Amino acid sequence: MASLGSTRRTFAPWADPTAKPYIRFENVTKRFGDFTAVDDLSLTIYEREFFALLGASGCGKTTLLRMLGGFEQPTSGRIFLDGQDMKGIPPYRRPVNMMFQSYALFPHMTVETNVAFGLKQDGMPKPQIAERVARMLKLVKLEPFAKRKPHQLSGGQRQRVALARSLAKRPKVLLLDEPLGALDKKLREETQFELMDLQCELGLTFVVVTHDQEEAMTMADRIAIMDKGKVLQVATPAEVYEAPSCRFVADFVGSINTFEGSVTKAGSAARIRDRSGAEFSVADAGAAVAGDTVWLAVRPEKLRISRERPADAENALDGEIWDIAYLGDMTVYNVKLDDGRVVKASTINSIRRLEDALTWHDRAWVSFSADAGVVLTR
Amino acid sequence: MAGTWGRFNVVALALGFAFLYLPIVLLVIYSFNESRLVTVWAGFSTKWYVAMLNNRGLMDAAWVTARVAFLSATVATVLGTMAAVALTRYTRFRGRLLFSGIVFAPLVMPEVITGLSLLLLFVAINFDRGFATVTIAHITFSMCFVAVVVQSRLITFDRSLEEAALDLGATPVKAFFQVTLPVILPAVIAGWMLAFTLSLDDLVIASFTSGPGATTLPMKIYSQVRLGVTPEINAVSTVLIAIVTVGVVVASLANKRQDVLRQREAAE
Repeated sequence: MASLGSTRRTFAPWADPTAKPYIRFENVTKRFGDFTAVDDLSLTIYEREFFALLGASGCGKTTLLRMLGGFEQPTSGRIFLDGQDMKGIPPYRRPVNMMFQSYALFPHMTVETNVAFGLKQDGMPKPQIAERVARMLKLVKLEPFAKRKPHQLSGGQRQRVALARSLAKRPKVLLLDEPLGALDKKLREETQFELMDLQCELGLTFVVVTHDQEEAMTMADRIAIMDKGKVLQVATPAEVYEAPSCRFVADFVGSINTFEGSVTKAGSAARIRDRSGAEFSVADAGAAVAGDTVWLAVRPEKLRISRERPADAENALDGEIWDIAYLGDMTVYNVKLDDGRVVKASTINSIRRLEDALTWHDRAWVSFSADAGVVLTR
Repeated sequence: MAGTWGRFNVVALALGFAFLYLPIVLLVIYSFNESRLVTVWAGFSTKWYVAMLNNRGLMDAAWVTARVAFLSATVATVLGTMAAVALTRYTRFRGRLLFSGIVFAPLVMPEVITGLSLLLLFVAINFDRGFATVTIAHITFSMCFVAVVVQSRLITFDRSLEEAALDLGATPVKAFFQVTLPVILPAVIAGWMLAFTLSLDDLVIASFTSGPGATTLPMKIYSQVRLGVTPEINAVSTVLIAIVTVGVVVASLANKRQDVLRQREAAE
């Protein structure tokens, strides 16, 4: 596939057939009574990868993480870590550490003793523990707070203590359950970059669970999108965004317009007729053959909005401006087509003052090129 | 205050407190009475406290009671905490409902019946009644109080704390002693205090299960009162009240402090 998005990558072990996976889920199923949390799932994660499990609550992502941590046993299937079958190995004998969503800091211990806890369990000599703890606190910039108790810290500081504690034992893999969920937006953005730097610096494998797609897109090398216990797509953020595997993924990550229709001409330079009768030119219909029901999915930022139909437009639809959301950096227009469907189009506000700005109830055209959309078959 | 509370409320409160505490206040006052006659005030004196300390029988009974209370409270706390852990952790084991029913039944069981059944048991297995039997009986009935107190704390205990300990390499036993127990300790102490004071002032069960040489203080007081109330008894009772009050206050302070901590935890 040609380059998608603009990210330049040099780290891509998943593309290398000779690379050995570090973590391997093999047909893993986990049931709680009648409920199937994880359904016959297979997944590979590579060493030094920043891997995100993304999905709505209840999709099984946390269960998957907890199975890797040893807190749940798979009902069937196997999990391998560095070639070793993890079956029956309790959490305290696994070379992985977890950062809990609630942070789970020990309230009766100071920051220092919290961080030292894991090292003490290993029977590390005291001077070495002190040295390691000091290094960890320096890493997360918490040296002045060493003697404090968790309840004397802010949310962001606690998150760092939890991080330092889970990194102190130098695990092979760090599991992070919604690591930034409890932080406010600004702090979350800062911390995302810190986590990425840290992961790179320490050369660890990170597996992070999140419901926040932006968080996953920012941090991860690859994202697995989960729904109802199954993985729908595993790919880089750019691939997930620009080449979603199905409508669920397309809809879950970012916002998207989908036009249901049938293929009238397959292959490259294909044509799709949607249910209102409009014909779309599509650069590539992929594997779909003529007569197939497909969905043409186009991201709002790939739609152009204008008063007149652009002369060079390959695909264009007209309607009335129904809603305008001004977000500062960009504006999102909801255009209501004459058959009642609403199309979302966004434009970057690169000019401060627009002379002839579109407003509510104006007639407008939305247009997009033949290669702006992706054809989905399911 | 009367303005906002209303006169009726103040009167109601005063009457309520009087009803509850007037007899006790009278007892405390008369323990400092100079006169030998319990009902006639003849000036302040602490001589009955001295007399109490010199009363061999009374002191022996106090010593027995203290040992029984300490021992039974300690064992009851261990057993009660274990029961509470089992009940909150293993929510789906077979017979859980039955088990919790059995643990909490003594809370509502009439003491006479508990005492009688224990007596029958000791007689049946030919166990000589004395210090050991009273202690065992007290463990039996105070254990469920400890379980209730500790369980209410464990319900709000964040299990991920324990998981974090396991994750960091602690075995389940170490995780319990290094993380869970310290966090729930105030509730465990409150449970111990409760068990201690319950054992301290128990008369009914002790009367059933005690034997020669193991007369507890409440039993001693009760038997002496039948021969007539002396100011000495008032003095002993005052000391008992003081100990029980301190116990209850410490237990509730420990619990309250924990509530505050928990709220602070939750608020952040």
